[in-house]
Amino acid sequence: DGTSCVSVCARCLAKSDGVISIQDNRISIWSVGDLGNVGLNGEYQGEPQLLCDIRHNGDVMDMQFLDQERIVVASSTGNVTIFRHHQNNQTLSANQRWEKAHYHVDRDASCGGAACTGVICSNPEIVTVGEDGRINLFRADQKDAVRTIDNADSSTLHAVTFLRTTEILTVNSIGQLKIWDLRQQRNEPSQIFSLTGDRVPLHCVDRHPNQQHIVATGGQDGMLSIWDIRQGTMPVSLLNAHEAEMWEVHFHPSNPDHLFTCSEDGSLWHWDTSTSVSEKPSFLHQGGRSTTYFSHNTINQSVVSAWLSNDPTKDRMEITNLIPNQTLSVNSLDILGPCLVYGTDAEAIYVNRHLFA
Amino acid sequence: MFPCPVLFLYSRFIRNTMYLDLAEHLGLIFHLLLKKPDSSCVFVVRKDQDIYIQTLRKLFNESHGIFIGLQRSEEEFAGKSRKTQLVQVSKNYRSVIRACMEDMHQAAVSARDPALHSQYSTQVSILSAMELIWNLCEILFVEAAVAGPLLLRLLDWVRLHVCDVDNMVREVLSSENPSKHELFWNLGNTQTLTEMELKWQHWHEECQRYLQDGTFASNSHMESICKILLGDENAILEKKELMTTWYHFLVTRLLYSHPTVKPMELRFYAQSSMDLFLGGESSPEPLDTILMAAFEFELHQVIKECSIALSNWWFVAHLTDLLDHCKLLQSHNLYFGSNMREFLLLEYASGLFSHYSLWQLGVDYFDHCPEYGRVYLELHIERIPLNTEQKALKVLRICEQRQMHEQVRSICKIMAMKALRNNRLGSALSWSIRAKDAAFATLISDRFLKDYCEKGCFSDLDLIDNLGPSMLLSDRLTFLGKYREFHRLYGEKRFSEAAKLLLMLMTAHIAPCSFWMTLLTDALPLLEQKEVIFSAEQTYELMRCLEDLTAGKSDKQKFQDDDVETMKVEMLRLALARNLARVIVKEGTLEGS
Repeated sequence: DGTSCVSVCARCLAKSDGVISIQDNRISIWSVGDLGNVGLNGEYQGEPQLLCDIRHNGDVMDMQFLDQERIVVASSTGNVTIFRHHQNNQTLSANQRWEKAHYHVDRDASCGGAACTGVICSNPEIVTVGEDGRINLFRADQKDAVRTIDNADSSTLHAVTFLRTTEILTVNSIGQLKIWDLRQQRNEPSQIFSLTGDRVPLHCVDRHPNQQHIVATGGQDGMLSIWDIRQGTMPVSLLNAHEAEMWEVHFHPSNPDHLFTCSEDGSLWHWDTSTSVSEKPSFLHQGGRSTTYFSHNTINQSVVSAWLSNDPTKDRMEITNLIPNQTLSVNSLDILGPCLVYGTDAEAIYVNRHLFA
Repeated sequence: MFPCPVLFLYSRFIRNTMYLDLAEHLGLIFHLLLKKPDSSCVFVVRKDQDIYIQTLRKLFNESHGIFIGLQRSEEEFAGKSRKTQLVQVSKNYRSVIRACMEDMHQAAVSARDPALHSQYSTQVSILSAMELIWNLCEILFVEAAVAGPLLLRLLDWVRLHVCDVDNMVREVLSSENPSKHELFWNLGNTQTLTEMELKWQHWHEECQRYLQDGTFASNSHMESICKILLGDENAILEKKELMTTWYHFLVTRLLYSHPTVKPMELRFYAQSSMDLFLGGESSPEPLDTILMAAFEFELHQVIKECSIALSNWWFVAHLTDLLDHCKLLQSHNLYFGSNMREFLLLEYASGLFSHYSLWQLGVDYFDHCPEYGRVYLELHIERIPLNTEQKALKVLRICEQRQMHEQVRSICKIMAMKALRNNRLGSALSWSIRAKDAAFATLISDRFLKDYCEKGCFSDLDLIDNLGPSMLLSDRLTFLGKYREFHRLYGEKRFSEAAKLLLMLMTAHIAPCSFWMTLLTDALPLLEQKEVIFSAEQTYELMRCLEDLTAGKSDKQKFQDDDVETMKVEMLRLALARNLARVIVKEGTLEGS
């Protein structure tokens, strides 16, 4: 409902209404102007402008930019569509579609489709997962799926992301995080991790951009879990976060000591583990090149330990709720540079262009 | 007082016609509001979704935020600060209406189809009318402007809504005695009402003298202006074509004749203004009736007329709620129990629920209806179509937050059944865990066990191997988990542990009786091992289980048992006997004990 997905590309936002059923679901492209362009007093230059939109069949469950012009959209009907944004005349058109990429038992039945819940791209490859527990590997411009793993999971797969170029991570509704190696022909995950205690469904997953063994997941109970996939089968830390489903979790792509989560409870949290200045030993405060060198290293060290640290009291983690008057669910967020975008069930998108100001 | 069975039934009609949602009604019946005297009374019913959906959804969404803010706002502020707060809320509502007007206007401008263009334009005028009414209510009721500021507000009100600028006012400002006029305009807080009245009187007399002296005799234009300034009704009426409406006339008249008009006096001037302006040529339109009711401070009448004219629950619901917060409505109970504010909010919110995406807003409105809100919510929420799991989760979260346990169970059951039918056993289990539904968990476990018996192996091992504490949800589920564990232990060649587990499953009655035969058959390979696994004690237990099982069967059943069954039992007896023999010997010898 409301605004279900946002995805940021360097210049545009793609937003979808993601409203239910037969009427009026749309994919919209908005322009927020140059990201680097700031007014005299640092204020943003006006509201996002709607560039173009296009009708979409079914709810938009997930979407992602494949490249500067194409967006892959996952639908509740089970279709996966690539839309192309024509920048010369500002239109959107459906470029390619895989019909009923996800389906329950009888694909040909009129309601045989199963919602496609997650999509991840690494041009030209596209991986999708769905409520049918199926994993699909597509290639843009190739008609048939490159690979399909039927019944990969006995429960619903809620999200997927790339771990390495040939490995993906999935999370499901019985609290499991699985690694799949797409090079291998067998239809089994190469590793299974699971939550301790109650098998609360996991809704989102993201991998640390630099340290590939650090993975974050969000659960139905609003809990943020950090995993070290080099060791063990259980999460390294569990952080009590939101009061309801955590819909999305994202590490900042260029500042990974910052993490963002959004939830059904209407809040969006900014998790900041960057070490505060006062924590550095005093001798490092003297100017010069050596300080820079040291601090860079120190920060990296503490980042690693901060995310994987078990002791929240030792963590110098700052957590801020970025939404002052929360009402309805924040369904989706995305970040690029200093720009944060999120969408809510009140059919609104918000753009914050000065995240670190 | 309040409509009326007709309206009540009509609202039921609206709710029941699924395809005629709220937004469409805004267009449908709005024609009533702007009815021209000579138009026909037949209205064409159309489903014009595109026109209404986009911009009006913005209206619904944004006003929802304002509504919630108002409900949550501090009641502790008393007197002036509370009033300021309420006026701000009213202004916020109006700015949302104006924003929608803007969008609708843009849509009208960019519409290429002339029919579409005219429809958009109609919508703009409807929204404009709504803002006009709301603005007046804000001045008279929310702000409750007193004599002095009252006229200023009314002037702003008219200016805002009338395209033609009051030329006469402009001319006044540029006339001969600017200083005197500035005095007149300075109706700020610095002066008391009496001071102002005195000043105005003085000025008025001066103007009168100018007129009588014939100062303007040479210029008829100036003379008529002077007459207007003196509040000469006929002079003002002569300029009728410059004023588009009777309320424009009213305010102009008051400006020049009674600028310190008191709120309670408005009704008289309003009535006479309307009579004079319309002059018996045309009858009042619905909009006129509403505005008149406002000038007469008949709050309930205003709401009633708006409800009839607009059939737009949005407007009356939000306005009434605001007026209720201003403590202006007596808690007048309607014959079916709830008060007017609640009735309107319930109707509005119910309309939202029949709308495919705005139902989430409706939830919050129901929350703030203390008497019937919960009941309405319970009924509506079960009827939301759950086409994706994500939507079901949202609905569930709403139910759980309000302790609507019945609805939680019902929704989880629906989702679990759907999953089961699609062979998604893991999903089905996940829903049963959420609802803590032991019975359903048992059902799912039976499915797994059935699959095992048929195929000889477990499907969905990733699920069964990973049940965790949810295993305890139902006995059958526990058995499933433990049984799988047995197989795992066997696979890892940890035979004595496997044996112990297997026996425990029967003796502790974790396994259902129907499964005992399978379990005993599973014991066979353990009995046949080169090494003795089961102790004597354990063997006796196994034998007892077997005997219990066979004794439990009636003679008839034994007769019906096919050869395979009988052979199985025989084999078991033999294996058990052999094991017993070996183990007695083993335990009897010195090394074995």
